Amino acid sequence: MRNYDIIIIGGGPAGLAAAISAYDNGVKSILILEREAQLGGILNQCIHNGFGLARFKESLTGPEYAERFIVGVKERGIEYLTETTVLSVSNDKKVTAISAENGVFTVEGKAVVLSMGCRERSRGALNVAGTRPAGVYSAGTAQKYVNILGYMPGRSVVILGSGDIGLIMARRMTLEGAKVHAVCEIMPHSSGLKRNIVQCLDDFDIPLYLNHTIVNIEGKERVQGVTIAQVDANKKPIKGTEKHFDCDTVLFSVGLIPENELSKTAGVNLSPRTKGAIVYENRETSVDGIFACGNVLQVHDLVDFVSEEAEIAGKSAAEYVLNGATEKEVIETDCGANVTYVLPQKINKNAGGNVKAFFRVSKVIKNCTVKAECNGEVIISRKKKIAVPGEMETLLLLGDKLKGLNGKITVSVEGETE
Amino acid sequence: MKKELTCVECPMGCRITVLLEDNKVIGVEGNTCARGKMYAENEVFDPKRVVTSTVKLSCGGVLPVKTDRPVSKKDMFSVMKVINGACCKAPVKTGDVIIENVFGANIISAKTVE
Repeated sequence: MRNYDIIIIGGGPAGLAAAISAYDNGVKSILILEREAQLGGILNQCIHNGFGLARFKESLTGPEYAERFIVGVKERGIEYLTETTVLSVSNDKKVTAISAENGVFTVEGKAVVLSMGCRERSRGALNVAGTRPAGVYSAGTAQKYVNILGYMPGRSVVILGSGDIGLIMARRMTLEGAKVHAVCEIMPHSSGLKRNIVQCLDDFDIPLYLNHTIVNIEGKERVQGVTIAQVDANKKPIKGTEKHFDCDTVLFSVGLIPENELSKTAGVNLSPRTKGAIVYENRETSVDGIFACGNVLQVHDLVDFVSEEAEIAGKSAAEYVLNGATEKEVIETDCGANVTYVLPQKINKNAGGNVKAFFRVSKVIKNCTVKAECNGEVIISRKKKIAVPGEMETLLLLGDKLKGLNGKITVSVEGETE
Repeated sequence: MKKELTCVECPMGCRITVLLEDNKVIGVEGNTCARGKMYAENEVFDPKRVVTSTVKLSCGGVLPVKTDRPVSKKDMFSVMKVINGACCKAPVKTGDVIIENVFGANIISAKTVE
C-alpha cells in the first residue's frame, strides 16, 4: 500500500485548486484520483463562456478555466490517476479505488480532501407521469453528448426546469439547429442566472413558462410529445391550462445534489440542508483530517467560488499534515429569516482570521438587510438591493468579533418579499 | 421609438426602456443604476455575443472553440455554419486560431489537445 500526505478525491475544479493550494502550503506528497479520462471535471463539457469573471476578470470557457488549474497541477508535478474510481474512504483515511490499469488498490493518506462534485437530480426523483420512451435526458447528459462526444441527442426539444444547465442547453441545441419549444419552470421565478435567461432564451425567442410543469410524456419507442400545464400555489396542475408540444427530446434541469456516497463510507456527518458535509470554517468535516470543498459540499453557481473554497480546504489539509489536529473552540451558525442554509456550520474560534459565510435565501427579497446576530447582538449587517435563491450570498465575519462570541450566529435576510 | 430589454448587469434584472429618435438614444428609463444605462445603450443598436461551439477533430472527438471577440447577434447562425464546416488536427493549443476572420472574429481553440 502506498502512502501519501494528502489524497484528493475528484480532479474537477475543486480537487485541482485544493491540490495546488496544499502544495503551495508546504505538502508535496499529493495524489489526485479522477474517475474520468481527463482532469477538469464538469468544466470540460461546459464550453460556454462566463467562467472566471470574479477570479481572472475575464470571461473564459469551462475548458479554458480548467486548463489554468490543470497546468498548475502539472507544473508542480502533483501526481494524479485518471480513469480511477474511488470505491470507499475509511475514517482512518484509507482510500480504496479501482482502475483498468491498477485493478483494485488501497492508498493511505494523512489527510483526505473530498471533492467529488454533484450530480443531477433525475426524472425518477420527480416522478413525472407518462411513458418511458428514449429521448429523455438530464440537461448535463445532453451537454456531454453535444460538447464532448459531438452528436445531437434530438432535434425538437422541451426543457423542464430553468436551472442554468437547462438554459445553456436551450441555446446550445438551438445553435446546433434544434428547435427548443419551451422551458417550463414550476416555481414563479427562474433558478438560473439573469444573464442566461436573456442570452440563452430571449436571444432566440424561446418561451419560458413560469409556474408550469410537464404533466405527461408521450411516445412508445421515442418521445413524441409532452403536455405541460400551469400549477397552482400548491404546485398542483390546473385543469384546462394544458398545452401540447410535439417533440422528440425532453431535457431535465431540475437541480443538483452533492454526491456524498464516499463521505458516508468515511462516517462524515452530513447536513440535511446542504446535503453536503457539516464543516468548520477551514472545511474540515466531522472526521479529523477529512476535508470537503466544491459542489460535494454545497452546490455553487460560480466556479470562481469553488476554487476559492477549495483553496481553503487544500491549505487546511496541508496545515493538518504539518501541524496535526488542533484544539477547537466551536461556535455554530444557524439559519434566520428567509435563509435556507449557512456554511460553514461550525467556526473554530481559536483559528483566528476572518470567515466568509456562504448562504442562500428561500425567495426573492428586495431592498433587504443581510444580518448576522449572536444573542441578539448584531455582528455585521449590510443593505442589499436584491437577494435571489439562484445566487449564493456571502457575509464576511471578522475574526476580532468572532473571538468574543458565545452562542449561535444566526444569519437572516429581511426586506420586501412578493 | 421605444425598445424594451432586460438588464443582465446584476440579479435585479431591471426592465429597461430605451427611447430612440433618428437612431440616437434620447432616453433610458427603468434602470436603477449607471451600469444599467450603459448596458442598454450598447445593447440597443448592435447587440454582440461571443459564440462558443465545437470543431470536429480529425483524430476523433471534438475541440471546444470560441470567437475571440463578440460578433453581432444577428450573425450567430452564420458563424455556426462556418464552424460546423471546419475540421482541425491535433496537436492544438488554447488560443490557436482555427478559422480566420469569420464575421470580424477569429475562431480560436479553447483547449489544448496533445
